[in-house]
Amino acid sequence: MADYHQLCTFFLEDRFFGVDVEKVQEVIRYQVVTPVPLAPPVVRGLINLRGQIVTAIDLRRLLQVGDRQDDRRPINIVVQTRQGTFSLLVDRIGDVLEVDQSCFERPPDTLEGIARELIQGTYKLQDQLLLTINIDKLFNLALLNRHRATAKKTE
Amino acid sequence: MDEIIVEFLTESLEGLDQLDNKFVMLEQNPDDRDTLASIFRTVHTIKGTCGFLGFSHLEKLAHAGENLLSLLRDGKLNFTQEIASALLTMLDAVRTMLGEIERTESDGEEGYANLIETLNRLKEGGSATPAPRPEPAAPPSPPPPPEPVNAPPAVNESSAAENADASDAGSELLPPGAVFLLEPVPVPEAKPSDSPSTQQPEPTATPQTPAETGAKPAAQPATQALERTALAPAPERASPVPAPASGGPGIAESSIRVDVPLLDKLMNLVGELVLARNQIVEYTLLQENPQLMAASQRLNLITSELQEGIMRTRMQPISNIWAKFPRIVRDLAVSCGKQVRVEMEGKETELDKSLIEAMKDPLTHLIRNAVDHGVELPAVRHASGKPEEGCLLLRAYHEGGQVHIEIADNGAGINPIKLRNKALEKGLITLERADAMSDQDFRRLIFLAGFSTAEKITNISGRGVGMDVVKTNIEKIGGVIDLESVLGQGTTFKIRIPLTLAIVPALIVTSGSERFAIPQVNLLELIRVTEEQRDAAIEYVHSNPVYRLRGKLLPIVYLNHELGLTATAKVLNIVVLQAGQHQLGLVVDQINDTQEIVVKPLDKVLQDIPVFAGATIMGDGRVALILDILGIAQQARILSDSHDQNVAAQLRQAQEREAEIQTLLLVRSPGNGRLAIPLAPVSRLEEFESSHVESAGDVDVVQYRGQILPLVRLKNVLSASYSSDRLARTETGAFNTALLQVIVFGDGARRIGLVVDEIIDIVQDVFETKGRATRVGVVGTLVIQGRVTELFDVQSFLQRMMPLLALAEEA
Repeated sequence: MADYHQLCTFFLEDRFFGVDVEKVQEVIRYQVVTPVPLAPPVVRGLINLRGQIVTAIDLRRLLQVGDRQDDRRPINIVVQTRQGTFSLLVDRIGDVLEVDQSCFERPPDTLEGIARELIQGTYKLQDQLLLTINIDKLFNLALLNRHRATAKKTE
Repeated sequence: MDEIIVEFLTESLEGLDQLDNKFVMLEQNPDDRDTLASIFRTVHTIKGTCGFLGFSHLEKLAHAGENLLSLLRDGKLNFTQEIASALLTMLDAVRTMLGEIERTESDGEEGYANLIETLNRLKEGGSATPAPRPEPAAPPSPPPPPEPVNAPPAVNESSAAENADASDAGSELLPPGAVFLLEPVPVPEAKPSDSPSTQQPEPTATPQTPAETGAKPAAQPATQALERTALAPAPERASPVPAPASGGPGIAESSIRVDVPLLDKLMNLVGELVLARNQIVEYTLLQENPQLMAASQRLNLITSELQEGIMRTRMQPISNIWAKFPRIVRDLAVSCGKQVRVEMEGKETELDKSLIEAMKDPLTHLIRNAVDHGVELPAVRHASGKPEEGCLLLRAYHEGGQVHIEIADNGAGINPIKLRNKALEKGLITLERADAMSDQDFRRLIFLAGFSTAEKITNISGRGVGMDVVKTNIEKIGGVIDLESVLGQGTTFKIRIPLTLAIVPALIVTSGSERFAIPQVNLLELIRVTEEQRDAAIEYVHSNPVYRLRGKLLPIVYLNHELGLTATAKVLNIVVLQAGQHQLGLVVDQINDTQEIVVKPLDKVLQDIPVFAGATIMGDGRVALILDILGIAQQARILSDSHDQNVAAQLRQAQEREAEIQTLLLVRSPGNGRLAIPLAPVSRLEEFESSHVESAGDVDVVQYRGQILPLVRLKNVLSASYSSDRLARTETGAFNTALLQVIVFGDGARRIGLVVDEIIDIVQDVFETKGRATRVGVVGTLVIQGRVTELFDVQSFLQRMMPLLALAEEA
């Protein structure tokens, strides 16, 4: 287990997530997204981040939370991964939290599918559970492709 | 002048300029090993390069200097003023010779035998004072004749222009006075006439006394120059020599070396600037402000010029890669017993550096193929009435914003029947399909993976990996390759590649309310069909839409349909495009305008979508996708390549059925055996100079890409009595070769280098282990190229090296 303690937190609906704060480059408001036809559904499109073209990934779709309503504009969390820079589309941004390693626990066995691979574990905070996401696994091409495949099957 | 010599001169002159400073530093602090080592390296480099280039006089001199320096560096000699003077004189001599090379491309007649002698004597620990010499011509007795005092200035005047550089530099680098007053170092050099061929013209100049030596180093090159002119006035030297002082700046001044990353950065910035310019021009058109308009037009012009200028800095003539080809062809021709002549046209054709790099391997491959397969043996050629010497013609030219490269041989040509039979034999095509294919289609089969018609696999070509790689590599940089062949007359490969990759003109279209960019290289024409004519214009061949363009049927592709978007337009806008050898009409909703766009690569996640070549940022700051026309054509199955691809897929399956092809690196193992190392885990092959090897504890290491790379010798890895912690140095002492061949495993912070004696070859084939392992570090034995070869056990090697890796990290 990596021994980081600071997590950048965010919400998808009412679920509470966190990513290693060192992976986060910046958090920006809604940006105009250029959709990419034929791309996996989790790829919402491309945004222009000060001249750099960054792929925006919808975490809702990746974690199969269900699409957000059209009037709600997502927030971009720009993260640096081993595979490059990506933007994660989330509903709402939370605080940067310092978490205690002792309240960490691996995800329960009942967790399945993509979520199982992405969710590293949970921090049992006083009032709620904070799920941590493994950023480097997130953009694993195979994972995205598989997701596309499963999405097609369900269609 | 040869590119390589120019490079050598620039590099050496730069190195010498630094050396001047370093010597001064050294004199203040004689024990500074680092400075000494760096001086040593510079001299060593000069020596090595000029040996390679054939400047033997210069090499000898630098070698003498290097010997002396190496003793100093190792602390076997102390740095004295005497030595300093000798070394500085050597630098001046090197500088003079470099000047001579710049002017005449030869290092001159002057051997500096005396100087070398002095350096050697100093190396033995002797003094610079010359041993008594048989010639009494230079008596150290001081009868100071009046002339010598005047001589140097006179000499300087007479050839001032020519030697301005050398003498200036000479006087500049003199550390304040003292050095040269003390020792009569230059006395022997005053007579550069040791070599029997040159006889000193003015004995008056020779008998110099220590008293005047202060002026010596400056005067010395001048004296030689005078001697040369006086003695052997070669015809070209009789005419006024273009002297550095008058005829334009020398090489050192007229060019500077710039890091490629810096150029890349500038290129990126210019790309951004182009985008910003596009934005401003767009907004300006909306405002009705003449002043703003004028300013924006100016900005427009300047940006274009800047863009062009920056692009030119990255442009290199194609002769940079071609220069190596005559040699490759010669060697190959000799080994195949053929006679091949290379001709080149358009050597000066320029293209972007990154493209030059990318074209190197494909071109080399094509050339090897042409010599190996194309050109016939002299006897065969003679029999068919052709001259025995085959000809390989390389042509390059610019046309339509692209670079065209052609490689033509006048050999046997490609026999389509042979290809057809081979393809049938391998089960790649069915008989019916073969009947439907044209000769040209058959010839294009050579671009398929795993397809080879060579009867016999040689170590040059014939393994069937190659042409497909050539094709993929060329397509990767946006290029196209095709071939023409006439049986019995030869084959021509035609390659078209873009001038540069970064900024391309493009047509912007709209489809399904999104904008897309189409690179203009693909664009042929635009057709607009009104709503009324629309239904009549599009006809159907079986259910495939076509349009009659000047009597020919043009297959139609709807972009909306291909991308899964909804159409909005009522009129029909057809963009006629060239995709490989085929044309297609792409129907889009709206045609906007043309723009210079900056190509940015797509993320890995999106790279497997074939229809996009990249993305760009438009004037309004939004992102637009760039269409890959070949990709669209393939997706729409316009290209006949699509059935080629089916063939390729079948072929791939066939291969998978057989066994996995392995790539092995063949090296010489200790005891003159052969050892094969799987190439997959190898990250790089490197060469290190053994002088760069340092040690960390018991481990030999080198500095490599800003990290410390532990080195292990193959001999030790294979020895049964190894102990993992002392593995790196079971045999102490220096490496016995100057250049170490190192195989680097691993990546990032965890790298390890395996030192081998010799890398023999890289082989790719299906290998089966034939025998059992006979020693540590080996998995088994197999037969490669008809010889028994041991297979290296990479897994266990890396495992055994773990402690060493950790060690390196700590270090």
